[in-house]
Amino acid sequence: MSETADRVKKIVVEHLGVEADKVTEDASFIDDLGADSLDIVELVMAFEEEFGVEIPDDAAEKISTVKDAITYIDEHKG
Amino acid sequence: MFDLTGMTALVTGASGGIGSAIAKGLAAQGARLAVSGSNVAKLEAFLTELGGEGHVAVPCDLSDAAAVDALVPQAVAALGGRIDVLVNNAGVTRDNLAMRMKDDEWDQVIRVNLEAAFRLIRAAAKPMMKQRFGRVISITSVVGQTGNPGQANYAASKAGLVGMSKALAQELASRNITVNCVAPGFIRSAMTDGLPEAQKTQLTARIPAGDLGTGEDIAAAVVYLASKEAGYVTGQTIHVNGGMAMV
Repeated sequence: MSETADRVKKIVVEHLGVEADKVTEDASFIDDLGADSLDIVELVMAFEEEFGVEIPDDAAEKISTVKDAITYIDEHKG
Repeated sequence: MFDLTGMTALVTGASGGIGSAIAKGLAAQGARLAVSGSNVAKLEAFLTELGGEGHVAVPCDLSDAAAVDALVPQAVAALGGRIDVLVNNAGVTRDNLAMRMKDDEWDQVIRVNLEAAFRLIRAAAKPMMKQRFGRVISITSVVGQTGNPGQANYAASKAGLVGMSKALAQELASRNITVNCVAPGFIRSAMTDGLPEAQKTQLTARIPAGDLGTGEDIAAAVVYLASKEAGYVTGQTIHVNGGMAMV
């Protein structure tokens, strides 16, 4: 597992208060991890802070699974 | 009760009549303030009058969208990284009969009174969500509820604040952020002081309390809504009008 994946999963566990083993790469934030739309906004803010990336609204809308987040961050972090 | 020690607040229109009373009220309960206004000299003079420690002035022209978007980050930085309370107090009037109302009279009032408030709340919601605490208080007006001839633009902007606040109250309640309004009636100010005696008599005849209100009457409601004690109150409007409209 990549370093990005570890950090993303840690943030998801902290923000959503879910068990670490539920946070698989295929897990959907809303369908599998019980996030609501406000949680997604907060997660995106947390990712931006953790990785120093800017995630614009149209990109954020496409992030629905843990893997989506990891891929986006890997592609855009400096 | 209603102790605001350790809290920070951004107040727009802070050098005006009601705004300065609100700022003083919040500061008296221990909050540190970022006071905003468009007239820099007036704002600096008010900051001196306010006294105390840790308050800052952050001038802003609320009809300039880019300046408005920059105001909250500026205030947060100046206040050391927190914004607990946002008071949307600034407002303008461009009164005219609707049939004679120019496009820019409509636009200016909506832009400053309603759109700027939205931009400020949108910007403040981010740090407030992270803090898991926030108090947004918008100063509306009795005419947002009752209407007033010659003020289609102003009444629309104030009623707009009420609807917007209710929507945002629902969006943000789970993060311990409350969004409320305070609706003043007729308040003693430089404007009402200048009215002819006959008109003042006519005005007060419509107020069961028999007198105009003061800035302090409004400030007291704002202090309450800003406090931790008001955490279960959201999406509401407190009418402070001596009974002239009961809704």
